[in-house]
Formats: sequence, C-alpha cells, structure tokens
Amino acid sequence: MSFEPKIVGFLCNWCSYGAADLAGTSRTKYSSNIRIIRVMCSGRIDPTFILKAFEKGADGVLICGCHIGDCHYMEGNIKAARRIPLLKKMLLQLGIEDERLRLKWCSAAEGKLFASIVDDMTEQIRKLGPFNYTGGVKDG
Amino acid sequence: MDKLKLALYWAGSCGGCDVAVLDINDNILKLADIADILFWPIALDFKYTDVEGMDDNYIDVCLFNGAIITSENERIARLLRAKSKILIAFGSCSCFGGIPALANFSNSADIMNYSYIAAPSNDNPTGTLPQVLTKVDEGILELPALYDTVRTLAQVVPVEYFLPGCPPPVSLIIDLVDKLAKNELPAIGSTLTPEKTVCDECPLKKENKCISKIFRPHELIPEPERCLLEQGIICCGPATRSGCGAACIKAGMPCRGCFGPPEGITDQGAKLVSSIASIYDAENEDEITRMVNEIVDPAGTFYRFAMADSILRRKRFQEKTHE
Ligand code: SF4
Ligand code: SF4
Ligand code: SF4
Ligand code: FES
Repeated sequence: MSFEPKIVGFLCNWCSYGAADLAGTSRTKYSSNIRIIRVMCSGRIDPTFILKAFEKGADGVLICGCHIGDCHYMEGNIKAARRIPLLKKMLLQLGIEDERLRLKWCSAAEGKLFASIVDDMTEQIRKLGPFNYTGGVKDG
Repeated sequence: MDKLKLALYWAGSCGGCDVAVLDINDNILKLADIADILFWPIALDFKYTDVEGMDDNYIDVCLFNGAIITSENERIARLLRAKSKILIAFGSCSCFGGIPALANFSNSADIMNYSYIAAPSNDNPTGTLPQVLTKVDEGILELPALYDTVRTLAQVVPVEYFLPGCPPPVSLIIDLVDKLAKNELPAIGSTLTPEKTVCDECPLKKENKCISKIFRPHELIPEPERCLLEQGIICCGPATRSGCGAACIKAGMPCRGCFGPPEGITDQGAKLVSSIASIYDAENEDEITRMVNEIVDPAGTFYRFAMADSILRRKRFQEKTHE
C-alpha cells in the first residue's frame, strides 16, 4: 500500500484559517493529507503541541500564521518565528528532518498559496517516508 | 511501632545518589533508628537471592536510584517492585533518565562500538565486544544486555513517589526520612519537592527578560546580582522544578535542569525552547538565525537530564542509524 502522509496543520484564526477556507470555498484542489487545527494565533503554538502531534502519529506538522506585521495580536507570529527555528535545530539532533516541520505565512486572501504549501509539503514527506514514532522502544 | 523495612538500589547510576544518602550525616542514625535496611548493594552485603526469597510487599520502602539501561536493571526493578509496598524513584536518573539517558541520542551498537573499539584510548586490535552469552569450557556465561533506549523507572514499573535531583539534596532526603518516620507521605504519585520553578527560588534580580546574544559560561563574566539568562547565559531555571534552593546559581553557575520539569510541564526541552526563544530580541530572519546558531547543542542542553522522560524519549530510529 502506498504511504499517505498525515500532516497536522495548526492555522491561526485570523489569516491562515481564512486562507484554508478560501481554498475550500473556491474549490481549489489540494491534497487531503492535512488535518487542520484552528488556533487563535501562531504565537499560541507551544513546541510541546508539535511534539505531541508527532507522538500521536503525525508525519509532518505545518504551522501557518499571518504575514509578519499582520498578526492580530501584533507580535504572536514573531514569537513563532523565533521559536520554530530553535525547535527545528533541536529536532534535527533528534533525527527529525527539517521538512517535517514548516512555518509559513498566509493571508486570508491566499487560498491558492495555502493549497500549494500543503501539496508541496505532502510530496516532500511522501519522499521522506513515515515518521514511525515508537515511544522509544524497539528492543525492550 | 515496628521498624520500617527499607531497601536501596542502584540501577544505571553513578553512585552519587547512594553517597547522597550517606551525606545526611548524623541523620543516618535517625534512619537506623526507624528502619532496618534489608538490601543496599553499595554498602551492605546482601544478594539478589535474598530479595528473591522475600514475600511480596515485604519491604516497606525502596529507594531506587539510576535509570533502566540494561536487562539486569529491568529485572531488579520488577523484583523490587513486587517486594516493596512503596517504591520511590530516587534521583534524576531514576525519575527522568538523567545523564545516562543522553545515550538515547545514540543506540547500543554504536555505544558499544565507540566504547570498546573506536575510542582513542582503546587497544583492541581484534575488535572484541562484550557478548550477552559467551561459551566457555565450563558452560555459558551471561552478561546483562545493553538496551538501545534508556528508560525511567516509571516507564518500566509503577512508582509511588519521585525525589529528583542529581543527586537529591540532603535537605530533601532528611525531609523524606522525617515523613517516613511520621508516616506523613503525600498523595501517591507526588514528587517530593516544591512545585514551583528554580526561577522562583533564585535570588538574582530579574529586570527585563530580553536577550540579543547568547554567551557560553566561559565567554562572559556575569554581573553577580542579575539573572544569568537576562545576561545571555543559558539557564534552565524557567523550566526546572524547584527544591534545590537554586544551588548552582548561588555557586555562580546557571541551572542545568537537573530537577526535571516543574508540575504540569510534560516536556522540559520543548518548554525551554519556548521560554528561551520567546525572549530573543531578534526581529528579522538573519538575527534569529544568528541566535539559533549561538546555541550550539540545544537538544543536549535542554534535555540534559530529562531525555527519557520527554515526549519523543529518544533520537528517532532511522534506518541510517544502524548502518
Ligand atoms: S541522579 Fe545524578 S547522582 Fe544520582 S545516580 Fe544519577 S547521575 Fe548519579
Ligand atoms: S533564569 Fe536562571 S538566573 Fe534567571 S532567575 Fe531563573 S534561575 Fe535565576
Ligand atoms: S540549580 Fe538546577 S542544576 Fe543546579 S541543583 Fe538546582 S535544579 Fe539542579
Ligand atoms: S493572529 Fe495570525 S499569526 Fe497571530
């Protein structure tokens, strides 16, 4: 059976969720591999949520927020922009490829962009293969 | 009252936790007053067979230090669990994996290979490695197997209480002895420390949490009274459980996180990424990249003591790891 990546998408309520909505209402075709979780702001995404997503079986995690300067809460997306790169560096040390975690900005008018981000990420993760969270146990 | 029947054990440990028990000085006499020690490999000559011969729940309290690294550690954890009414994970190795759980960035084959062959101090031209089973004329010899993944005690058997610290400080051990003597232990599952963070106990002044450059401890002589993190030195205080009285900070060093995550935090490393990156004074991508680069080893720094207890528990198994 071919591998269908599971991607968890954390989308901010004000811009990116709007983008996903627009992609839906304008019937833009894109991969059905994403499971969307609406959050108020990309700054609300605690790195713990991302690890939990991998623990629960995600093969990739996408975080989308408003473009820099447009965050509904002023600086939330800047906080995300500071946290995610440090988390990525740490995840790389833990054997988790860079492509499995993405941070992207999408305004509510960018339905097409959102769709292409999801398509692109799905293909990249398809190439990487499943995450295979084992709970640390393989031998004992 | 009958004397308490006490056992102490070390699994994957450095021995420091056992020494910490001896460090309670004259309180050890109090311990001897209230308890008979039935098993303590570092100090007294008992054998595993003595424990195997006991009835289930015969031991009242077992202080178990060290992580679960080998098949022997696991076997004795299960044995002592069955024989003890109260099992206490004693020390950070037992609670969260501790320093030994840094092995979870590797695997048993690579560790064996490095320790016995690749490390420069080895002289092993035939590449001999320890074997679990070895045939000799007299029969088969057996050694414990080294696991790929170091685990906490609670990941192997149910545990009643947790006393973290590398090693647990004398004050908390005395407190535990007191509670045992008075039969005043808290609710099952409790960690026997305060619930706050090291920052809450830290005497340094916090003024403005905002950093524009990260320094390694040897690169900067910090102002003595000001929060180290605010001066750019990585300090794990914000995501570390209190109980030590900010001991390292009082000695001029940043907190390395040995008490593990505070109450309500599931993943100490993820929390540290969040607390430290959130106070970056970096507005654009270049500045952010520079500051990320300044933290040389985030996983080793933020999971120094709690790798096994983290959500991911270890470096992901990738096919490549085993080449
Ligand atoms: S917690 Fe620290 S002192 Fe205790 S066994 Fe582990 S490394 Fe040694
Ligand atoms: S970050 Fe470290 S130095 Fe600063 S208040 Fe917390 S424990 Fe103290
Ligand atoms: S300051 Fe941090 S590293 Fe030092 S003893 Fe306390 S918890 Fe452990
Ligand atoms: S509200 Fe969209 S990123 Fe903050």
